[in-house]
Amino acid sequence: MTLAAEIDNNDTSPEKLLAPVLSAFWDEDKSWSLDVYRRHEGYEGLRKALAMSPDDLIAYVKDSGLRGRGGAGFPTGMKWQFIPQGDGKPHYLVVNADESEPGTCKDIPLLFANPHSLIEGIVIACYAIRSEHAFIYLRGEVVPVLRRLHEAVREAYAAGYLGQNVHGSGLNLELTVHAGAGAYICGEETALLDSLEGRRGQPRLRPPFPAVAGLYACPTVVNNVESIASVPAIINRGKDWFKSMGSEKSPGFTLYSLSGHVANPGQYEAPLGITLRQLLDMSGGIRPGHQLKFWTPGGSSTPMFTEEHLDVPLDYEGVGAAGSMLGTKALQCFDETTCVVRAVTRWTEFYAHESCGKCTPCREGTYWLVQLLRDIEAGKGSMDDLDKLNDIADNINGKSFCALGDGAASPIFSSLKYFREEYEQHITGKGCPFDPARSTLWADRTDQHRTEVNA
Amino acid sequence: MTTSSSGSTGQGVSLGMPVLPAPAYPDDVRARLEADAKEVIARYPGSRSALLPLLHLVQAEEGHVTRTGMQFCADVLDLTTAEVTAVATFYSMYRRKPSGDYQVGVCTNTLCAVMGGDAIFESLQEHLGVGNNGTTEDGKITLEHIECNAACDFAPVVMVNWEFFDNQTPASAKQLVDDLRAGTEVSPTRGAPLCTFKETARILAGFPDEREGAVEASGSAGPASLIGLRLAKGETSPARVVHPRAAATEGEAPHDPSPTEHLSSHDAPQDTSASDPAHPAGPTAEEGE
Repeated sequence: MTLAAEIDNNDTSPEKLLAPVLSAFWDEDKSWSLDVYRRHEGYEGLRKALAMSPDDLIAYVKDSGLRGRGGAGFPTGMKWQFIPQGDGKPHYLVVNADESEPGTCKDIPLLFANPHSLIEGIVIACYAIRSEHAFIYLRGEVVPVLRRLHEAVREAYAAGYLGQNVHGSGLNLELTVHAGAGAYICGEETALLDSLEGRRGQPRLRPPFPAVAGLYACPTVVNNVESIASVPAIINRGKDWFKSMGSEKSPGFTLYSLSGHVANPGQYEAPLGITLRQLLDMSGGIRPGHQLKFWTPGGSSTPMFTEEHLDVPLDYEGVGAAGSMLGTKALQCFDETTCVVRAVTRWTEFYAHESCGKCTPCREGTYWLVQLLRDIEAGKGSMDDLDKLNDIADNINGKSFCALGDGAASPIFSSLKYFREEYEQHITGKGCPFDPARSTLWADRTDQHRTEVNA
Repeated sequence: MTTSSSGSTGQGVSLGMPVLPAPAYPDDVRARLEADAKEVIARYPGSRSALLPLLHLVQAEEGHVTRTGMQFCADVLDLTTAEVTAVATFYSMYRRKPSGDYQVGVCTNTLCAVMGGDAIFESLQEHLGVGNNGTTEDGKITLEHIECNAACDFAPVVMVNWEFFDNQTPASAKQLVDDLRAGTEVSPTRGAPLCTFKETARILAGFPDEREGAVEASGSAGPASLIGLRLAKGETSPARVVHPRAAATEGEAPHDPSPTEHLSSHDAPQDTSASDPAHPAGPTAEEGE
């Protein structure tokens, strides 16, 4: 029935398991340019979309089953459908390109190598939701990507894909590229909207939801880069093609980002439902001489997994059923040299640093988690601290204003679940039993010849 | 800390003079920035949306966000300086004190830290003689540790003026800062040849980089970005299939590397030195420490 079901059997060749769509021509010279994009059927999806009525287009994307690629997995077409039509207010599309979740590294390479897939998706989406102004909120810390977005938008205007009366359709569309200024919280959609309005990036109380009162209190769709960039291919090649990949509830292709202690970190575009075991088997596995210890399925905010989860299908349902979330498909792999207490402490420091301060559970809770974790890592903790960690995390999780708090609790809960003994070792042994030097990229490199050649 | 003494009787601690209004930009600078600001504001349906880019713009003028810069933003957007200050202090990319031409950020979020980011940050602090957020005496480099920069498949990552320097080592990072201080042209692994922090801030304000070749510099995609595509096209066979459970047992591999050879050395991702031929600083023996 589905490709995922078929590939579970025995064919492990990368040609069969992978499905490059968005990444299909990243290896070509100037892959980011309009010329190259057009050579790969670029803007064909737009042509077909403009021949449909906006309502039919929304229904089509909904039928395709495309779900948000930014973490939550909300059906994209449904988000579009929520926009009230005929309300006399301007509608906005805001693309969330504030990719900052630790481990997540898919949108940045996508925008660097293929920005037009996003721009084409934006034009299609704006036609569907009747928006005349779209924004790309790009995190500021990625200037190489900003450069290519500036250029791609310029090209798209020059070619008539943006501006007045897009390709004779009657659609008028302005696209503004907006660079953020360094704040993880702006990846939260309502904080992003506040930031885009020129304020501190702090989440808003919902309801009202952005679909009703978003940017400038007008109906707004906020979509992830990869979600919007996937739309042109769906329109161009058809929803049946899209649904032939993945599973019934998680159809399609997506970018999996393999990182950490693996032989070949990088982007692997595949149908939803592939497993980490399959990805590792085809890509050379964990770095030689080492074993997988723990990994995240979708960034640091998704509860960590261990070796026992290697065969979990990496789709929304599969990962959810195993107790985590698909998130951003950021597969951060750590081997046996990595101290889980160090890893979780660092993530928690990140959440404390990035907590916007608006709500008490997150602002105070993350602060105290850091104090406890630093003590434990340094061998100054007590056994009571472990229960206290769990208790504080429990007081953040589900009780915070936005999902940052839930994200902060995830590594605490999951690491205590799978590695409580390691925490205890830090306490009873009064220190960290790991040597951080063994975890580094260069830890196993002692080849003098290569050093000399390179130096 | 500057503080105003308004309403205070000055008992105990002397609070000094109230802070005077920020000096204005010279007329010519102000006129130039106002023209830029007008262009920025025109991109948005609501003028306040221009605040973040305008803070980048004043940073492009002075290298950090000064009181003068914030006053300018308040003036052109019809906001109070309190409103502008609240925003400027929320975001980590706005510098609040004079800093170097090159902002060197070492990722020390979990994955990069574990892969060597901590060691790189330590060695740079020692090498440059500055701490976190410190600037070298020659005013060239400001060092900081940064959060995840969405390049985990290139870990450990160093950013200079928000361009990517991938797969760094302590030695390559030291070479990098030495080159920056010596004025040698430095090119990132992904991104365009470095410009100064001020010039970078102008791009962030939304003014495209006009330098010849800047957009195409460093090619379409980094090696790690292409690895799945190459596998899918059958262009590279995996170096070795390692069952994660049996990773420690070697022998049945099609290519059995010596224990000292980095497995993926024949394809991607490359060391920074190899993918950046202009800076052939490779790993050296000292890194094994």
